[in-house]
Amino acid sequence: MTKFLLLQNYAGTAACDLPMTDWAPGDIKAHIDFQIALNAELAANGELVDAQGLAGPELAKFVTFDGVGAPVVTDGPFPESKELLAGYRMVDVESEARAIEIAAKASAAPGPGGVPIQQPIEVRQVMGAPSGDL
Amino acid sequence: MTAGPGLEDLLRELAPQVLGVIIRRFGDFDSAEDAVQEALLAAALHWPAEGLPDNPRGWLIQATARRMTDQFRSEQARRRREGTAALAEPPAPDVPDRDDTLVLLFMCCHPALTAASAIALTLRAVGGLTTAEIANAFLVPEATMAQRISRAKQRIKASGVPFQMPEGDERAQRLRSVLHVLYLMFNEGYTSSVGADLHRTELSGEAIRLARMLHALLPGDGEVAGLLALMLLTDARRPARTGAGGELIPLAEQDRTLWDRGLIAEGVALVTGALATGVVGEYQVQALIAAVHDDAARVEDTDWPQILALYGLLEQMTGNPMVALNRAVAAAMVYGPAAGLKQLEALDEPLAGHYRLDAVRAHLYEMAGDMPAAVAHYRAAAGRTTSIPEQQYLTTQAARLQADRGRPS
Repeated sequence: MTKFLLLQNYAGTAACDLPMTDWAPGDIKAHIDFQIALNAELAANGELVDAQGLAGPELAKFVTFDGVGAPVVTDGPFPESKELLAGYRMVDVESEARAIEIAAKASAAPGPGGVPIQQPIEVRQVMGAPSGDL
Repeated sequence: MTAGPGLEDLLRELAPQVLGVIIRRFGDFDSAEDAVQEALLAAALHWPAEGLPDNPRGWLIQATARRMTDQFRSEQARRRREGTAALAEPPAPDVPDRDDTLVLLFMCCHPALTAASAIALTLRAVGGLTTAEIANAFLVPEATMAQRISRAKQRIKASGVPFQMPEGDERAQRLRSVLHVLYLMFNEGYTSSVGADLHRTELSGEAIRLARMLHALLPGDGEVAGLLALMLLTDARRPARTGAGGELIPLAEQDRTLWDRGLIAEGVALVTGALATGVVGEYQVQALIAAVHDDAARVEDTDWPQILALYGLLEQMTGNPMVALNRAVAAAMVYGPAAGLKQLEALDEPLAGHYRLDAVRAHLYEMAGDMPAAVAHYRAAAGRTTSIPEQQYLTTQAARLQADRGRPS
């Protein structure tokens, strides 16, 4: 089994550039129900490690420190806030192919009018122990 | 614990009593607490197969004491092997059995601990939950929770707090810490601050169980009764608070026939009795506010003038800006949204950037018919909340108003 992190950000897509607060209430509910159902399915398969949504970019902060003076904490709003991470799923699956299959499903989450939003999902393998004898 | 519910209840009721006896006998909170956990697990394993012992409490005390003695001996043997001081003290003589649950609760809610540590330690040492169960309730790995509990125990040890009931002013102050920890434990379960589940009922249920126990030990304390009443009157609404898809349903839109009338009656009786003691505290006032809400069969029957007066009283007692926020909502319900919005102006500074200020403002603008302002504030609130159900609720509110205005959707 291999762990993969499936990441998504706030960027709009060709299929959907409306913020969720402008969707019809029924479409929001359908989208949320889809995410919950997908997590339940992954959990039932024994593939879900963790799935979390992150609080909005309004609460994001960047911290840098040179180890000497005081740390520099930068508050938003950030010009590139759409590139910030919106949420992630970590899955533990048989193959990269399966991780891609899950990412594809997540990308087709329903948007306004039930049309798949086609959100890009970043698929990253988690590094682990060496596999077998080296 | 894998035992049935009846056995589990018994074990968890006995856990703090057994721990109290062992601490008095051996004097070491940290290892006593570990030994009690082991004895509880052994009991959960053996009793269902072998039958309940005649004296379950005595069985647990004996099993725990045996573990403590074993540990003490192996420690002595190790010291001898290493040639270090073999002058370890023998266990103290037996002390009469008594219920030290209250002393234990005071110790676990010691103000030297952070609230999160105090809650975790209380759940384990007084509540008899396993580390795995507590970790599960807080959605953190078990190793993390084990470490949090272990550090909390070390802190208590370092603080040198004696295993006895504090007296006088200190007792009153420490009781306030205990009530605060139980209040936070309940809220953590009721309005989960992390994760997607609005109710982590095991935490609320545990807080209620501990508050009941505390009330049984201190029946004459008005604030203890007030806190228990507040929990019951709030928990009574739990069945109506989430929809089929787990979405948040606000008080005004709840199906009130789903409220638990039994809990409401118990809560009202408790707070009424507490008020008769003459000393009014903040938990009693909060319980009264919950009781006024629970008393309204329909939302339009709510006695808002009374709620407004109670929030005014609570604000005087606490000076808490979150209370002022609730008072502004009550003022809007009594005098109209303009009055509420006016009161919010004073909160811009103390609650700057807090999503609840935006959420209330959105609600009052919606009441006033100013939809663009309402949408803007619902959006701002949705962007700032850290609770998933609340975020979904606020996003949907903004979307609903937007759709009503005929914008693209």
